[in-house]
This record gives sequence, C-alpha cells and structure tokens, in this order.
Amino acid sequence: MTTETYLPNGLPAPVPENDGLDTPFWEAAARHELVVQRCNSCQNFQWGPEWICHKCHSFDIGWTPIEGRGVLYSYERIWHPVHPALGSACPYLVILVELPGAGSIRMLGNLLGDPEQEVVIGSEVEAVFEDHEDGKFQYTLVQWRTVQ
Amino acid sequence: MTQESEPSIRGRVAVVGIGATTYYKRGAATSPEFVLGLEAILNAVEDAGLSAGDLDGFSSFSNDRNEPVRFASALGLPEFKFSSMVWGGGGGGGSAAVANAAAAVAAGYANYVVVYRALAQGQFDRFGQAAPVPTVSGHKKWMSPYGMFSPGQQYAMRVQRFMHDHNIEQDALKAIALTSYYHAQQNPRAVMHGRPLTAEKYDESRWIVEPFHLYDCCMENDGAAALIVTTPERAEKLKQPPVYVLAACQGSDYRQAAPAHNAPDYATSNFKTLAPRLYETAGITPDDVDVAQVYENFTGGVLMSIVEHGLCAAEDVNDFFKTENFRAPDGKLPINTSGGNLAECYMHGLELITEAVRQIRGSSTNQVRDAKVSLVVSGPMVQPVSNLVLASERSVR
Repeated sequence: MTTETYLPNGLPAPVPENDGLDTPFWEAAARHELVVQRCNSCQNFQWGPEWICHKCHSFDIGWTPIEGRGVLYSYERIWHPVHPALGSACPYLVILVELPGAGSIRMLGNLLGDPEQEVVIGSEVEAVFEDHEDGKFQYTLVQWRTVQ
Repeated sequence: MTQESEPSIRGRVAVVGIGATTYYKRGAATSPEFVLGLEAILNAVEDAGLSAGDLDGFSSFSNDRNEPVRFASALGLPEFKFSSMVWGGGGGGGSAAVANAAAAVAAGYANYVVVYRALAQGQFDRFGQAAPVPTVSGHKKWMSPYGMFSPGQQYAMRVQRFMHDHNIEQDALKAIALTSYYHAQQNPRAVMHGRPLTAEKYDESRWIVEPFHLYDCCMENDGAAALIVTTPERAEKLKQPPVYVLAACQGSDYRQAAPAHNAPDYATSNFKTLAPRLYETAGITPDDVDVAQVYENFTGGVLMSIVEHGLCAAEDVNDFFKTENFRAPDGKLPINTSGGNLAECYMHGLELITEAVRQIRGSSTNQVRDAKVSLVVSGPMVQPVSNLVLASERSVR
C-alpha cells in the first residue's frame, strides 16, 4: 500500500534513540496518539525529550497524552532544496507550533495544504498523523493543519 | 576598588599578528585544507615580526579538523604549551577562541597563542547541503524528517518570529547584504570583489528560505585565517601597533540549546546576557563602539545582534537599517567593513576578527576614521555564541 505524505520519500527516517529516551513518543505516534514528557515530581511539561526535568532535576519523567492543538508560533517557506529527495518538492512549509495546553512547549512539523498559502503567525493548528509505511523503516510523523 | 584586583582580561593581552590565505570560492583552493592552515599561520607570524618557533599555543573552534599538535610538529615548534577548542558548530566560537587564547596568555600558560580556522568546504562536507543518510537520531530527528536541515533553515524560523514581533521590513535585511557587498568592492581580498550587488538584484534574487533571499546567506568558501596574541609587554616590542583585547566572552542564554526549537526566549541572537557582560568587562558602553564586525551567517542574525548589543532599538530598525548608516568611513555604525561572510569570505568569522584588528591599526581598505574601539560579534543564533572588543589603548577611560 502506498501512503500519501507531505514530502517525498527518501528523507532520513527518525529512529528511537539507542538508550530508549524517546521510544514512547514514536510508539504513541504509531497509534496516532500525541504524548510528550511531563515531570512526575513537579508536573513540568518538557520537549524535546531529556533524561532530567530542567525545572526540578527529578529523573522521574513520565509521558502524558496531550491534545493535538496549538498555535502557529513561527514558520518558514523553503524554496531551495538541500537534500536530494527534495529536488522537486519546493516550496514547502515548516512551522513551529506552540502548545498552550502543554506548558507552551513547541513542536516542529510541516503545515499541510498549499505550500504557497498565506501563513499567519498566531493561527490555530491541529495535529495530523502521517504514516510512513513504504520504506525500510516504518514511522509516523506528527504534522499540522490549519483549523478552519 | 583598583582595576588590578578585578578578575578581568581587559588590557592584559594584545593581538600582534594577522594572516590569511587567498580566499577562494568553494572547491577552488588548490592546496589541501591543512596547507591552507599552515599558510595562514605563517602569514600571521610574518605580519607580527615573529618566527614560527615563537608560537607555543593554539586555539580554534567549530571542530576544526586540523589538530594543533599536527601544526606544531609540521612547523617544528620547540615547545607546545597550550591548546584549546571551543565546542559548538558554526561561527559561535570565533571570539571565544580569542578569549581562550587570551586567557592562556594572561595566565602564563603560553606566550604566543595562535587562533586559527582552516576550512575547505570544497574538500569536505558542505554546510549548505544535507548528506543522504537512511536514518536520523539525536536532536536532528525532530527536524530532518520535515525537510529542515541546513543552517539557513534552522535560523530563518527564529528571524521570521523576530521580524513578526517587531514589524521589521525586508529592507532591513537588504541593507545588511548591500553593505557587505559595498565594502567588498574596495577589498581586493574579497571573493565578491568586482561583483557589486544592487537593491534591484537583491529584490530579484531567489528565495532560499523565507525571509532569506540568496544574498542574505553567507557564501561557502575555501581558505584559512589566523591571528596571534601575546602580552602587552611583548606586543609593544613587535612590528605592528598592539591591538588590545578589552573583553572577549562566550556564553548562551537560558536553555537556548533546548531541543526541537524549544528555547523559551526564541526570537533572539542569543546575546541578551552576553552583550551586557562584554561591555562591562571591556569598561565601555555601546556608544563607544566605532566599528563593528557582525557575523553574517544570515542577515537576520546581524539584525538581532545589533539590537541585542544595544546599538539600535528594535523599534528603530526600519529607520536606521540603511546602507548609508552602515558604510565606512563615516556611517553612524559602520559594519562588516571587509565584506564579511557575505562578500569577503566565509572563514567562519575569523576573517571578521582580522578585519576588526585592521580597523584599530588603521589599515582596512574601508577604514573608519579614527577607529579606537572595534566590536566583533561571532555566530549569532548558535549555542554558544561569543563576542570581542578590541581597542587601540589598554582601557578606554
């Protein structure tokens, strides 16, 4: 089965770290669930994954499901391909999303839809799970689309 | 309080020699990178009026491939006393490498420390291209699968937000690019010498990644640069007028390297704590700065650095960022007077530091009139960053 993805195949596949730091995120994404780190001691949200809570220095960090809704914090429209797989994929949009429901941590992703659309900082976006099933490595990316 | 009791580097070290190779377009150097490094070091030795055997310390940054012990052996140095490397990629460590060299001299670890950077992008990986690899881990994992690879793509996101927050117009970035190209036309060393840039050509140039046009991005080059520091007492007996280090600092603001673009203060060049510390160490204020070399990885980094170094308020950027204000010899704030990373050579900003030295010596091809205090800003937006103040006297007041 061929799946539809925002960017073409051939980009590096994200693989969980050897030390297991981010495994829960990728397992959840494969189930189409969004989880992030949250400190079990002080309840601080944290992203990207780290072994220690930067607020209270507890090593007891858990993973918590969050709502895939955020605010577009910044963006960039990429016109010049720097990777061989992107030769005919430009332009495309990368956005930075702030998640007010999760301690205002931020996540990167592509903004789905017309790559030449007008992008508005501050607009509401929601998470979309994009399965990559065709290559040697299977994984699911969290992507974003504007809330209509 | 006596100045001697302060734990300060101010006035305790001087730059006595600068050197470089010919600067080449990427791939155009005919010598291997290591040989370029040797040439730059020997040119700095000659400029200082030293002999190579006087060198006893090395300092570099950005994971330079050329190990100091190899240089020391190749040059037959009688005694190797000090080496140091600033962690972190990009040009953030440029002034920090001078700081480490200065600290070594002030502490007496070594007498003549050479700061060097040799970089032949034509012989090794290019910064502006991503190697095709099957998988990605570490912090790049949160970016590469979304097509976010190159430094330009890392930093456009920060600059976009800064421009949004302060209503900065594209013309502000354009003024920075035009300034570097303007200065390069008077600098025969510059790769872009003889290739002027006009406002129209900038406007018509392609986007690399919004908000960066082609001319907002540094070049990719081959070459090497070097400079030598020693104590004022030794410096005053040498060939060149001493150029004193008033301050050299490295640093990074709170959690600026948080993964996946999670620095709490995001739209910043990462100089908010460092710039005040630099001025305090140097014993100067922003008003004392006569000329500034501000690292252009991308024009947006220059924009935020100038604001964070107190040289222009964010709300005044659209009015102040004009080429006439940035030009030598008599702009209000002459910047990047050699052509810098955009138009002289991308030698990871070490070429900016050698130009800052020339401004104090009075030997720049775009000399600022009566320049006494020369500022360098290294590698905005990376972590860590660094900065430097050079001066004609051991203290300004």
